[in-house]
Amino acid sequence: MMRIVALAIASVAGLVMLLSPFFPAMESVGAQSSEIFNVIAAIAFILGAGSLVKVNLSRVGRRDTGWGYAFVTLLCFAITLIVGLGKIGVPPNPQFAATPWAGEKDAAGSAFAWIYEFILTPITSTMFALLAFYVASAAFRAFRAKNREAMLLLGTAFIVLLGRTFAGVWLTGGFPEWASGLRLENLSMFIMQVFNTAGNRAIIIGIALGVTATSLRILLGIDRSWMGAGGGSA
Amino acid sequence: MVRGRSITSDAARMMLPLLAVCAVAGFQHTLASAHTQEIAAAVSTEDAAAVGAPTTSLFTPGKLPLAVAIIVTSGCIIAWMLQARAGASMYLRRIPALDAVTNAVGRSTEMGRPVLFIAGIQDMDNIQTVAGITVLSHVAKTTAEYDATIEVPTSRSLVMEAAREAVRGSYQAAGRFDAYNADAIRYITDEQFGFVASVSGQMVREKPAACFYMGCFFAESLILAETGNSIGAIQIAGTAESSQLPFFVAACDYTLIGEEFMAASAYLSGAPDQIGSLKGQDAAKVIVATLILLGVVLATIAALNLPQSEAVSRVFESLKGALGS
Amino acid sequence: MEGVLGILERLDRRWVFLAMALAVAGPILVMGITRKTLPETPTDASRAVFQVVQSLPRGSTVLLSFDFDPGSAGELEPMGVSMARQCALRGHKMVFISLWPLGGQMIDQTIKKVLRADFPHLQDGVDYVNLGFQTGNEQVMRVVLTDFKRAFPTTKAGRATADLPILSGIERVGDFALLAQVSAGYPGSKEWVQYVVSASGGKLPMVSGCTGVQTPQLYPYFPGQLRGLLGAIKGAAEYESLINAWVSDPANAAEMASAGADGGVSAVIPPKYLEAQRRMGPQLGAHLLMVVLILLGNVVYLAQRRSQRRAAA
Repeated sequence: MMRIVALAIASVAGLVMLLSPFFPAMESVGAQSSEIFNVIAAIAFILGAGSLVKVNLSRVGRRDTGWGYAFVTLLCFAITLIVGLGKIGVPPNPQFAATPWAGEKDAAGSAFAWIYEFILTPITSTMFALLAFYVASAAFRAFRAKNREAMLLLGTAFIVLLGRTFAGVWLTGGFPEWASGLRLENLSMFIMQVFNTAGNRAIIIGIALGVTATSLRILLGIDRSWMGAGGGSA
Repeated sequence: MVRGRSITSDAARMMLPLLAVCAVAGFQHTLASAHTQEIAAAVSTEDAAAVGAPTTSLFTPGKLPLAVAIIVTSGCIIAWMLQARAGASMYLRRIPALDAVTNAVGRSTEMGRPVLFIAGIQDMDNIQTVAGITVLSHVAKTTAEYDATIEVPTSRSLVMEAAREAVRGSYQAAGRFDAYNADAIRYITDEQFGFVASVSGQMVREKPAACFYMGCFFAESLILAETGNSIGAIQIAGTAESSQLPFFVAACDYTLIGEEFMAASAYLSGAPDQIGSLKGQDAAKVIVATLILLGVVLATIAALNLPQSEAVSRVFESLKGALGS
Repeated sequence: MEGVLGILERLDRRWVFLAMALAVAGPILVMGITRKTLPETPTDASRAVFQVVQSLPRGSTVLLSFDFDPGSAGELEPMGVSMARQCALRGHKMVFISLWPLGGQMIDQTIKKVLRADFPHLQDGVDYVNLGFQTGNEQVMRVVLTDFKRAFPTTKAGRATADLPILSGIERVGDFALLAQVSAGYPGSKEWVQYVVSASGGKLPMVSGCTGVQTPQLYPYFPGQLRGLLGAIKGAAEYESLINAWVSDPANAAEMASAGADGGVSAVIPPKYLEAQRRMGPQLGAHLLMVVLILLGNVVYLAQRRSQRRAAA
């Protein structure tokens, strides 16, 4: 019974969302649905935080592999929560100077801003920078000229890699004006704007049609697997 | 025994239909994107139509082409679904990535290691996440049948709840409800690289035998896939983020590219009407390709200095205006 | 030869990591010591960003959306810095927003680095304002189409936007002269194009700066929906070099003076305005290493294939 109710809500509300951009009278309903989503997401965050604490506490309790990381996670979670909710070190809001805690939690000078600037920023940047290493490792291992298509891909990769740096200018910058199209930086741009654009458009259109089919299957209740494989097919 | 069930998780389950609705709502926006791409590809339009200003008409002016596009594509899909339901035979090409799901789970069982499933890093209002959850339910059913364990770290609380519901339903359907562990599906953090760091650490420590990446991914795709590769896991990825596809193709054993990923649930279910929807999708693609070809031919004739060019140019411009408005 | 191939075949990926670290660190150190940068030849897409900002009438109000966080700051921060700098040099008013939770802080850093340091006469709330982060992704974009202040009722510092001098005359997003956006992913340039630029009927010109991974995805929109595009650190370096060339040109001295830029026309550019160009050095090292690694990988592959064929024969 619950599944039928769930499907009915999904279908009706989904249809409303689908039609709302086309009928001005329904626009507010569509906007409200999006706002409802934000509210639900905010409430669900409590569930997420609960799960985080529960899983990591039990890991620490059981002394599982990597329990030390779980402990650090819990510690950081607690510190950030206290600093953020308590607005520690937050300067007063100029508009409401007499009201305590009226300032923004991440205002300059606050403890939260300090955590952001001196802990989160370097950690996040480091993680992002790891990509360079992984790209190099993947290129060494996976970029093989196994067939004709792979060779074309390799050639394109070399042109783009060199054309996007000074190496391209250095290697082919001396080409005469009539052959300027063959300069690596120009070839690289040509590949990006012509071949890449054409391929991307094809992929995007294919994806959009795939999304349409998926959405229709869910809206019509034909694909119920989002409720578990038991939901099955209609 | 069901671990980790609570009143809150039941309440969250009640919310699921609403979440799905929000995800489904994303589809018209994606269509709008495709519409923009079609116009751009066919007629190199500069801008689409003016909307957004307050209006008093019954139908939003300027949205007619989008409405027609939705009706035509949806019509094609529904027509083929009905045909399939009526018993028409439909050919569906093999998708090796999906055929490999059973092998990957079987390998995990043999090695006594878990299966890792990541449904992307976006929320339930992203259709890719919904598609990822539908694949998860099929994978979870296989893990239940093969007696393998499944780990599902999530980067959004709502996704965690949706994933729990999907896995729970799958274990129930497989008659292995006793093996369902709610704590295996857990929330990590919304922060992109925090999530990656945690999952990569888990991969290195627990060495899952099979890793599934199904959903919306960004810069973390390569970090995850390379870590999975380094531990020797069999890896199957699927995403509609075209910018991340090259990374998955390079580092994973199998990759579902764009629309293949969207078709995964239908393919795995094997249900005739779901497979019919894929056929309808192909028909819509033929219509789109024809329109693009028409645009290209008209634009080329208009650009050439032929006696008919001016007339064609006028037709082309009016068509461009109609599509763009 | 066999020995070398054997080593390459069994090469631990940590050696690749080490090689990458050296390829990146070398140019950073060399450029840091010599203070020299590599010359840039701007592409049409980067030149277009510069031209669009230049062509706006002085005093235009520009909306700058910094949709990125510290993770991608290495690639995107120089774009944000250059955009703010060029707007200030041209006397444009700047309204900063972000749809990324940590974007508000990125804006603060840019304001501190560019506006407060080199344009101290500019007033917060009058010449520029940081409206900070707003949650809701595409929903925010839909709201700003009809009512900008509803989406951003207060500034990041908590001041109401209703009576903010810089926002007088701004009802909806279409009232801005330009949308300059820096994008690290979702929500980003693609969403701004789909939800705002298309919906504004071409009345709102948009320029974008994005990460290298996103660049191929955004080229289909240039030069239609996107009037200019900065792709990755390369695009940032090209844009930076264009601004530096303009600043160094004595012909622009009068305009520089009227913008109140400290220091006036100078051939010596402060290091903070050379960040993107300096980062092209490590980029060069990394790209060259990638080419070498791909070649080596293929040498190993061909050798393996040959030995397999021999064994089969």
